[in-house]
Amino acid sequence: MILKVEKIDFAYDSDTVLEDVTFEAVQGEILGIIGPNGSGKTTPLRCLNKVLKPRGGVILLDDKDLASARQKEIAKLMGVVPQNSIHKFAFSVLDTVMMGRFPHLGRFDKESTGDFDIAQESLRLCGVEHLSSKLVNELSGGEFQKVIIARALAQQPRVLLLDEPTLHLDIHHQLDLLELLKALARREKLIVIMVSHDINLAVRYSSRVLVLKEGRIYKAGKPQDVLTQATLKEVYKIDIEIITSKTTGMFNIIPVAKAGA
Amino acid sequence: MSKQECCTVGHFKHKLVILILAICLALSVIWSLTIGLSKIPPGIIAKMLVSRIIALHNNWPLYYETIIINVRLPRVLLGALVGAVLGIAGCGMQGLFRNPMASPYVVGIASSSAFGASLVIILGLGSMWIGPSAFLFSVSCAFLVYYLAKVRGTVPVGTLLLAGIAVSIFFSALVSFTQYMAGERELRQIVFWLMGGLWESSWNKVAAALPLAICGSAGLMCFGRDLNILLTGEEQAKNLGVDVENVRRMVLVLSSLVTAAAVAACGIIGFVGLIIPNAMRLLVGPDHRLLMPASLLGGAIFLVWADTLARTVIAPSELPVGIITAIVGVPFFLVLLRSRKKQIGL
Repeated sequence: MILKVEKIDFAYDSDTVLEDVTFEAVQGEILGIIGPNGSGKTTPLRCLNKVLKPRGGVILLDDKDLASARQKEIAKLMGVVPQNSIHKFAFSVLDTVMMGRFPHLGRFDKESTGDFDIAQESLRLCGVEHLSSKLVNELSGGEFQKVIIARALAQQPRVLLLDEPTLHLDIHHQLDLLELLKALARREKLIVIMVSHDINLAVRYSSRVLVLKEGRIYKAGKPQDVLTQATLKEVYKIDIEIITSKTTGMFNIIPVAKAGA
Repeated sequence: MSKQECCTVGHFKHKLVILILAICLALSVIWSLTIGLSKIPPGIIAKMLVSRIIALHNNWPLYYETIIINVRLPRVLLGALVGAVLGIAGCGMQGLFRNPMASPYVVGIASSSAFGASLVIILGLGSMWIGPSAFLFSVSCAFLVYYLAKVRGTVPVGTLLLAGIAVSIFFSALVSFTQYMAGERELRQIVFWLMGGLWESSWNKVAAALPLAICGSAGLMCFGRDLNILLTGEEQAKNLGVDVENVRRMVLVLSSLVTAAAVAACGIIGFVGLIIPNAMRLLVGPDHRLLMPASLLGGAIFLVWADTLARTVIAPSELPVGIITAIVGVPFFLVLLRSRKKQIGL
C-alpha cells in the first residue's frame, strides 16, 4: 500500500496555504509533518481526506485516484484523529467507537454483530477495551485520545491521519500513545501520517519527516538527515543544540536561543 | 462486559424506554377521552374503539359514540399528532444547530405562518383557507431562510440562525401591521390564532396533518446516527464520511414540513418543541436514535394532557392550550433541570 501525493495546491480564496506539495508514504511507517505555526502543516491532512478541496494536484492510493471518491468512500480508506475532539457528550465509549462504522453502513442498515466485533477489536488494539461501557465525558485526556484512535480504526482505514495527537497529554501518555501508533503502523500495516509540534517525539517515532515552511516542503527525508542545525535555524529561526541520548540512541534537539539573539 | 452483553443491554434499554412511553401515550389518550362534561368510563371507550375494528355487542348510549368519535377523539388525536411532530422537529433542530435553545420555529416558521393566517383573516377569504395559507407561508419561509443563509454551497449554522431571526422579525412586523389594520372581529380572530389551540379540531384536520407527520417523523428518525456524529463537530463528521450539507438540508426540510403541518392545524403552540427534547435529553441522554422517538412520544403525551387541562379547567369555557403548556410545563421542566444537577449542554 502506497499513498502518493503529487503537486497539491491549496488556497483560501487568494490566500495560498499550500504550494506544490509532493510526497509519498508507505504502509508500516510513520510519516511526521513538522513546521512552525502558520506553515500550513495541518492543511495536507485535510486535503488528503477531502475535507478541503485542493485547487490542483493528485492523490493516489495504490495508484487509485481519489479525485472522484465520495466522502463516505474516503472515510473507508482514511481515519482521522483531529486535534480537538469534543468530548462533553454522554455517549458511551462503545457508541463513540461505533460511530467509526458509519461509512460502512447504509442509511437504513442496523449495526450488525460484525460491526460490534470490529469496534471491540479496535478498542482492544488501543488497549482500552475495559472502558467500553464508560461515558466519554468521564474519561481522562489520555483515555479519550485512545478512544478516538479506536474510532478511527473502526473505520478499517488504510491510512491514519493524526493532527497533534499528543497535544494535551503528559510525557507518560505521549510515549504511550506514540508506541501505540508505531505498533499499529507495523501490525495493522497502516500508513500513519502525523502532524506534530514536538520535534523530539517526531524524530524518535517517524521513519521520515516533512518539514514545511510557508506552505512548501522545505526538506524531506530521514529525521537525522533533515533536522539539522541549518534547517531548524532557517525554518524556526532558532539556534539549537543536538545531543544524542545514551539510552534511546536517538538525537534530541534543545532550543538554545532565538536565531541572531 | 462482553460485547454481546453491552450491545444487547443498550438495545434493550432503548426498546424499553420507547415501549414505556408508547404505553403512557395510549393510556393518556384513553384517559383524556373519558374527561369532559359527560364522564364516560374508560372501559366503554376502549370497547367502542375496538368495535370500530371488530364488531362487538354495543350496550352504550348512542350519544356517547357521538361525543367520543366525532368530538373528543379527533381533538385528542390532533393534540397527540401536533405534540409529537413539535417534539421531534425540536429535537431535529437542536441537533442540527447543536444548540439546546433551538426550537422548530427557529427558521421563521411561527411568524411566517402567522402572517399567512392573518392575511386570510383580514382579507375575509374564509377560515377554511387559514390552514393552507399558514402552511404555504411557513414552508416558503423555511426555504427562503435556507437559501439566504447559503454561502458558496454550504450553510453555516450561525448564518442560518441569524437569517431565521431576521426573517422572523420581518414577518412579525407584517403580522403587527395586519393586526393594526384589522377590525375588532378580525383582530380577535388573529389573536386567538396566534395563541394556538385545538378547539377547532376535526377529522379533516387530522387527515390533512397525518401523512406529513408520519413521513416527516419517519424521515427524521433515519438521521439519528448522522446527528449523533454531527454533535462531535462538523469537520469530524466529514472525517467519518457524513455528508454534512445533505444531512443539514434534509433535517431542516423535514422538521420544517412537519412543523408547518402542525401550525396549519392548530396555530402556534410554543414550548413543546423547545422543552420536550431538552427534558427527554435529561432523561434518556444525547443519543438521537433514542432521543428522537422519545421526544416524539413525550411531545404527544404532554400535549394530550395540556389540552385536556385546557378544555376542563374553566369548563364549559376553555383556555388556549399554549397558556397551559407554559404554565404547567415550565415548573415541571425546572424541577427536572434542578433535580438532575447536570449541565444542560446539548
